[in-house]
Amino acid sequence: MNRSRTRLLVALASATALLTTAGCGAADMTRQASPFAAPAGVKTVTLSVQSWVGAQANVAVAEQLLKEELGYRVDLVQTDEVPAWDALSQGRVDAILEDWGHPDQEKLYVEEKKTIVRGGDLGVTGHIGWYVPKYWADKNPDVTDWKNLNKYAKELRTAESGGKGQLMDGSPSYVTNDVALVKNLDLDYKVVFAGSEAAQITQIQQFAKEKKPFLSYWYQPQWLFNEVPMVEVKLPEYTEECAAKAPEDIDCAYPTTPLQKFLNADFVERGGDAADFLKKFHWSEQDQNEVSEMIASQRLSPEEAAKRWIDRHPDVWKKWLE
Amino acid sequence: MATAQATPVRPARPGTGRGPLAALRERPAAGKLLLLALAAVLLVPLAHSRWGGGIWPDALTADLSGPLGSVTDWIVSNRDSHPLFLYFFGHISNAVVLSVRGVYLVLLALGWAGVTVLAAAVAWRVAGIRLALTAAASFLACGLLGMWVPTMQTLALMVVAVLASVVLGLLLGLAAGLSDRTFRVLRPVLDTMQVLPAFAYLLPVVLVFGIGVPGAVLATVVYAAPPMARLTALGLRGADGGVMEAVTSLGATGRQRLLTARLPLARKELLLGLNQTIMMALSMAVIASVIGAGGLGDRVYQALSAVDVGAALAAGIPIVLLAVVLDRTTEAAGRRIGTEPTGPALLRGWRGWGLAALVAAAVAFAGRLTDGRVWPDDLTVAIAGPVNTAKDWMVDHLYTGVPVVGGTADLASHFTGGVLNPLRSGLTGLPWWSVLLIVAALAWTIGTWRTAATAVLAMAAIGVLGVWEPSMDTLSQVIAAVAVTLVLGFSIAIGAARSERLEKLLRPVLDVFQTMPQFVYLIPVVALFGVGRAPAAAAAVVYALPAVVRITTQGLRGVDPAALEGARSLGATPGQQLRQVQIPLARPSLLLAVNQAVVLVLAVVIIGGLVGSGALGYDVVFGLAQGDLATGLVAGAAIVCLGLMLDRVTQPTARRQRQES
Repeated sequence: MNRSRTRLLVALASATALLTTAGCGAADMTRQASPFAAPAGVKTVTLSVQSWVGAQANVAVAEQLLKEELGYRVDLVQTDEVPAWDALSQGRVDAILEDWGHPDQEKLYVEEKKTIVRGGDLGVTGHIGWYVPKYWADKNPDVTDWKNLNKYAKELRTAESGGKGQLMDGSPSYVTNDVALVKNLDLDYKVVFAGSEAAQITQIQQFAKEKKPFLSYWYQPQWLFNEVPMVEVKLPEYTEECAAKAPEDIDCAYPTTPLQKFLNADFVERGGDAADFLKKFHWSEQDQNEVSEMIASQRLSPEEAAKRWIDRHPDVWKKWLE
Repeated sequence: MATAQATPVRPARPGTGRGPLAALRERPAAGKLLLLALAAVLLVPLAHSRWGGGIWPDALTADLSGPLGSVTDWIVSNRDSHPLFLYFFGHISNAVVLSVRGVYLVLLALGWAGVTVLAAAVAWRVAGIRLALTAAASFLACGLLGMWVPTMQTLALMVVAVLASVVLGLLLGLAAGLSDRTFRVLRPVLDTMQVLPAFAYLLPVVLVFGIGVPGAVLATVVYAAPPMARLTALGLRGADGGVMEAVTSLGATGRQRLLTARLPLARKELLLGLNQTIMMALSMAVIASVIGAGGLGDRVYQALSAVDVGAALAAGIPIVLLAVVLDRTTEAAGRRIGTEPTGPALLRGWRGWGLAALVAAAVAFAGRLTDGRVWPDDLTVAIAGPVNTAKDWMVDHLYTGVPVVGGTADLASHFTGGVLNPLRSGLTGLPWWSVLLIVAALAWTIGTWRTAATAVLAMAAIGVLGVWEPSMDTLSQVIAAVAVTLVLGFSIAIGAARSERLEKLLRPVLDVFQTMPQFVYLIPVVALFGVGRAPAAAAAVVYALPAVVRITTQGLRGVDPAALEGARSLGATPGQQLRQVQIPLARPSLLLAVNQAVVLVLAVVIIGGLVGSGALGYDVVFGLAQGDLATGLVAGAAIVCLGLMLDRVTQPTARRQRQES
């Protein structure tokens, strides 16, 4: 027994020694591509896809054009927003096409470490807010002002919100001040986190089917508006001073954000056509919604949806290739 | 997925633990409780006067968000330059990427025909012709569903992860099998690795390795290596004493004894370990998609975010098929050990293998000539549309207005309002020290003082971490879901134990539920039960039910036929037989079923964070999404503690005794 243990130890020790000597060169953690990237000699681009359909629409169209027009192989990686920034700085992902504003990450990676560079506007403007269904707002026009929300709290009670009204929030990766807003505006509501956008959409669709009232954190542009028309609830006006407050003190509406693209710095230098193309990629809310709607509502594959949009709008994308 | 099988080789021991022995065992329990009561009388007033009742006192918490935040910052700013990353993690990461890529390229080079034939040939060699056909059909189905490339990516990932897990497991198992001290040290470590919900440690892995394959493979190894280690140790320790003595008397050295006697004798356990490792790795492959592992899991996850159940199912089916084929093949290989080879002499031993290799090579070559590397696009069946239609129909008809029982929406709000809410307020309302006392009492009566100490310390750690309230919330969800699972599971199992036909019918259904990634049914569950804790509980029940049904059926079936015969001859009705003979005799299995239900339900309640279950599950998801180590890791640690506590409180006595003997 004892001897075999010594042998085991010796074996382990020599294995470790072997590993250390064999691996004496430094490994570069910043440059590690996906193992599923195409074999050598093929040009590849890796794009990050976020969980919402708008982001899928950007990526689907970019993928299709990179493949068909520029001869690239495209890999997609699905991640949440903050890990995607991380991946972008490490070069595991070459580009994020739709960013809703991450000041901490921008400061760290764009300004300090310079591993990520800005890729310009996507052309779409994003806006976060509180929304109620149109069928309900038509009957109760005053619900669209936050000052009247408490009047309706009773109608919005669910099993999860207890005695209060339910304000439904979505994915934990989204930017939200809702808990602070409810507290600071003295609202008789409880924020219920759906946990993912998929769950939130499913719940909204279910409510809409029954014409039930609901109040939800939501954002534009979003394809669901075509299926379930919603009206924004007016919150106290957004100001710079208010946005600069500590997160728990914020008591005003969300800003409007021109959505940004970000590229890996190395990729911009060596990425050639693909990097140029992604920098020029710029389309409108309407364009994006057209593709999103085909993906989410008509259940086309992102590929098919992108193909259809590309066939219909050569005038838009031809410019990106010049 | 296969946690139920993960603590294997625990035969129900019918016939023991009855009679005077049982009476003896009951008395120490009373003594333990008395002792505990005494301690409570002395300590509780002290604790109460010092820190008060209600939820865990602030004075006894340690805020980790500061230190954890600086760890995150340190990792992010040193990841590209610090030697620890350059010379250690970097190489691990590179090695993983290179090996996965290598396997993937080989699979692509073989082409779809080559891979299918190779899989069939291997299945034929180790498990016979029937499984060979199953394997071939399964791979073709993956292609038909349009999932060929993702299937190959998952397969490549699996091959590397399983190999690494097996090597690590073998090393650990060898150490534990040969040395008693290592065995004692290693056991709690393996226990923890298995109770740990995988979601909880994705975040630290992501921070170090970034998203993508390396992190995914490593997280999988952590999850899948324990069964291999455990079974290797079990096999080595269980080697027949007589044989070992004979070998020693022949003058064999330590190494010879190990290589020629111990390891070959443990072949069955080793293969079972491989089987378990494969199943666990496969279940992890999907969860790992959350950190960008690619492959089938990624397809399921992407479909989930587009609220597309049909597409999720199309990617989920290949996972189920892979699991079934791999499970059956390794299982059959284990069964065949020691039996005489059959069939014509030409096909035995290395000749058979040679033939298999030759056929596979020929088909792969032919495939190359006809350019069949990737499955042809026009040869796919789109199931997403019909599946979505079926789901919509189901939801439309079940959501509200079902006669008598009411729609699923009403059911969910009754369950939330009538069960979950009172349970939650009850648990959070209990004074913190009384929770510790209850845990101690439960764990001590069912196990040893060590079990009780572990459980109480785990519970106390939750308080110290400062997440007492969300943990109680999660605990209430677990208890409610476990109760539902047990009621359903036991009733189904009693039926299945009585009727062979029902059991046969159930088997494929249970297989599917056990191996289908949970992400596939999260969306239908939300559509049926709305957002909140109810859908999370429903998903947990679906996931934990198969294990409970299987273990219970096996336990009831395994009851000593002589005892049953005796009861029958005394004129007992079937109901009496069940109540007075089968259930008491199958007690160890029933306890084990409870234990498994608890562990499995906990695993899904966490994923329930994605559908609004809140509490710890949400915190873990939040931590992962925001890269917030403080929130994510603390919640993860609390889940681990909760899991340890629940495991100890429900761990059958029989299992403890056997392990300690």
